[in-house]
Amino acid sequence: MAGVEETCASLRAQISATEAHLAGLKRDLANAEKVAQSTRPTNDEQDEGHKKTEYRWPLLQEEYRRYGRQMIVSQIGLEGQLKLRSARVLLVGAGGLGCPAAQYLAGAGIGTIGMIDGDTVESSNLHRQVLHRTKNVGKFKVDSAIESLRELNPHPTYIPHRTHLNPEEAPAIFNQYDYILDCTDNPATRYLISDTAVLTGKTLVSASALRTEGQLMVLNNPPRPPGDPEGGPCYRCVFPKPPPADSVTSCADGGILGPVVGTMGVLQALETIKVITTFRPAVSQSAGSTSKAESPSLLIFSAYSNPQFRSIRLRARRANCAVCSSSATVSLDSIMSGSTDYVFFCGSATVPSLLGPNERISPEKYRQRYPVSTNVDKSIMIDVRDKAQFGICNLENSINIPITNILASRSKPAISDANRTELPTWVPTELASSESMDPIYVVCRLGNDSQIAVQKLKELGLDHDGKRYIGDIQGGFRAWREQVDPEWPEY
Amino acid sequence: MSDSANGGAAATISITVEFTGGLEILFSNERKHTITLPARLEDTSQPTISYLLKHLVDNVMKDDRQELFIMEDNVRPGILVLINDADWELEGEENYELQQGDNIVFVSTLHGG
Repeated sequence: MAGVEETCASLRAQISATEAHLAGLKRDLANAEKVAQSTRPTNDEQDEGHKKTEYRWPLLQEEYRRYGRQMIVSQIGLEGQLKLRSARVLLVGAGGLGCPAAQYLAGAGIGTIGMIDGDTVESSNLHRQVLHRTKNVGKFKVDSAIESLRELNPHPTYIPHRTHLNPEEAPAIFNQYDYILDCTDNPATRYLISDTAVLTGKTLVSASALRTEGQLMVLNNPPRPPGDPEGGPCYRCVFPKPPPADSVTSCADGGILGPVVGTMGVLQALETIKVITTFRPAVSQSAGSTSKAESPSLLIFSAYSNPQFRSIRLRARRANCAVCSSSATVSLDSIMSGSTDYVFFCGSATVPSLLGPNERISPEKYRQRYPVSTNVDKSIMIDVRDKAQFGICNLENSINIPITNILASRSKPAISDANRTELPTWVPTELASSESMDPIYVVCRLGNDSQIAVQKLKELGLDHDGKRYIGDIQGGFRAWREQVDPEWPEY
Repeated sequence: MSDSANGGAAATISITVEFTGGLEILFSNERKHTITLPARLEDTSQPTISYLLKHLVDNVMKDDRQELFIMEDNVRPGILVLINDADWELEGEENYELQQGDNIVFVSTLHGG
């Protein structure tokens, strides 16, 4: 009882502290707004008979102080700062790339910052999506992000788009902006963004990251109409065909280090600032014009390699590109009408359903069959998650054989009893022993890899021509948590 | 010229092959491989990227999932091939003739964010 009261008291204290903090913020905001109003150049309409002395400077006093450190860098200057202030930038995605990118762009004084994302903040985002706060879990990411950005810099206009980018609306949204950042996480959206950016004439700063690596490209730079070879290549020029859906790994499945994706997001902000502030004539008038855009390149970051960074020269626009060439087949109409079908183009990963019902067992049924107290020697549990995941949590007496090890060995043609010695090295002796009839259960995170593993084990003849049971735990550890052990860590 | 005149059948070239973006998983989790190839093939032509692809699949790759690397005898969509830090499309793609000391990188595109 005492414990509960203590918790209540602690919560009450936290609430009053938070309320005090909120009141302080509101007071600060009111003061800041007063200052902003008094220093803003007055409009002619507010003329009250006698003219106030006209404000002589293009930036507010507060802006000189705020942006001074970057304005004295020769590549920016006053001219660059004014360009930043008049720029309208759209970030597609308010996640691991979008957060750090938006943070630096807002800090730099971009005039209008739009963010589009239909997701809400989850706990598993917080280690890398640096604008979101623990208290904002459940809130729209764009609202959470803009809340942080406003605290950082109240000057820019922030526009939230609380939806996932879709083909019907993409052109109209892109038209409200000058520059686009691709901070998304899937191929279909990446093609949609690139196509729309080319067809609405916007330069695109595109980045991606997974595990310990990242990639960055500035595309359609300079932006030129389709068919103009002077324009920079687009995403389709570099990747005319999407990767097979089964080869695409998400951060949720593959993992991601916060500073890795953060590095890429920060680099996106940097490239955007460079593109906005670099002087470039609209059309090169003289043949000797030297102020061309940098030649297109792909920057590859690999946190655990040496060197960590590597820049690759990319091709120019593809002469038969489906979007930016003179023989283009993709148009704004085909995008909006849906006849350019991104989901079909990129396909979707097939969720394997390889096993029959008698080769699968639910966690609940497994637990009924093998209560905790039962002698575990009577069955074998194989966990095919990778080593790091196995290290986070595992079942007692389970054997870890990562699925990558299983797939990394070329399967030999059907094995007869005579040459059973040819079993791959990852098969542990417990399994290889030819007499054992102990049933084998295979488990993984979600119940996909376990099915592939069961098939492999059977291909190797470990089921003794069907006499020994080999099956998987249906739904993996996610289902295990739901049905058997609510304390199983959810990661 | 003098090589073939000498009948230098044993002459070889050595190149570096690197895998990134997750492709290294298919190649024993090793990012960097030193590959030795014959300087001249049986028909006296020089080994090309096409030849290298076949060599990698036949002799270096231990993984079963060839389709994650090769599709229709070429690299699968979503893999960039870099020849000495340039997109292979600037160098003649699969017909590029390999030179002693070349650095060939296979990069799988990432999509996370």
